[in-house]
Amino acid sequence: MELEIPDIDVEGWTVVAASGEIDVATAPAMRTRLNELIEAGATHLVVDLEDVDFIDSTGLGVLVGSLRNARAGDGDLRLVCTNSRILKVFEATGLHEIFTIGTTVDDAVAIAAE
Amino acid sequence: MAEIVLEIPPRLDYLAVVRLVVATAAGLDPPLPDSRLDDLRLAVTEACSNAIKAHRPDAADEPVVISCHLEEDRFRVDIRDRGPGFDPDALARLPDPTDPTRLNHESGLGIPLIKVLTDDVTFEPAGDGTIVSMTLKRPSVQPI
Repeated sequence: MELEIPDIDVEGWTVVAASGEIDVATAPAMRTRLNELIEAGATHLVVDLEDVDFIDSTGLGVLVGSLRNARAGDGDLRLVCTNSRILKVFEATGLHEIFTIGTTVDDAVAIAAE
Repeated sequence: MAEIVLEIPPRLDYLAVVRLVVATAAGLDPPLPDSRLDDLRLAVTEACSNAIKAHRPDAADEPVVISCHLEEDRFRVDIRDRGPGFDPDALARLPDPTDPTRLNHESGLGIPLIKVLTDDVTFEPAGDGTIVSMTLKRPSVQPI
């Protein structure tokens, strides 16, 4: 399954919608895209994981690194996820304590605006 | 006991195939519950990814071997590589999620995930490689 990463803007936030399986084989494409966006100044990012049905530790690592890079540019990286299968992985690793996870893009943006 | 063996080249683009085959095997009657199948798919991905990365370049023609053992009360999957081996207990502990330095660590979650997601895991040297053996309990077969 391909990783599709179309970008849209919502209230100044760049929304990256990922889909499919994010594993060690596909995560580098996501890392490249997120790095490109941050380096171009889009440091306020929402990564929409709603259509992602699998993520491994490499995919999590890409998100952690991108969060670090976004914050280094005075930005942030928020997630959208309601899939219990994916949320379970964040909880198993404790990363749900690091990321702000919204139920929709609007929700994630609103949380960020608080 | 039934056994299903899969041999793959040490290439990361084969991981999706491994997930599919192992999850299909674990879905045979009595199947693992869906949530445990998810655990298995992720644990196998992590272990197989490590095996592929550890595979010695001079053994590139030799496969990574994944064997599924369907025992009455448990599902066991063994993953054998041709790597140098490692001590899982010697891995550095990641900072707590509330520690700001946690963001400096993009890797190191694979082995902890395997330990959390499986009922038992062992890492044993085997010849010129390592066997990671992961076990998940199967549900009891209910009498008709």
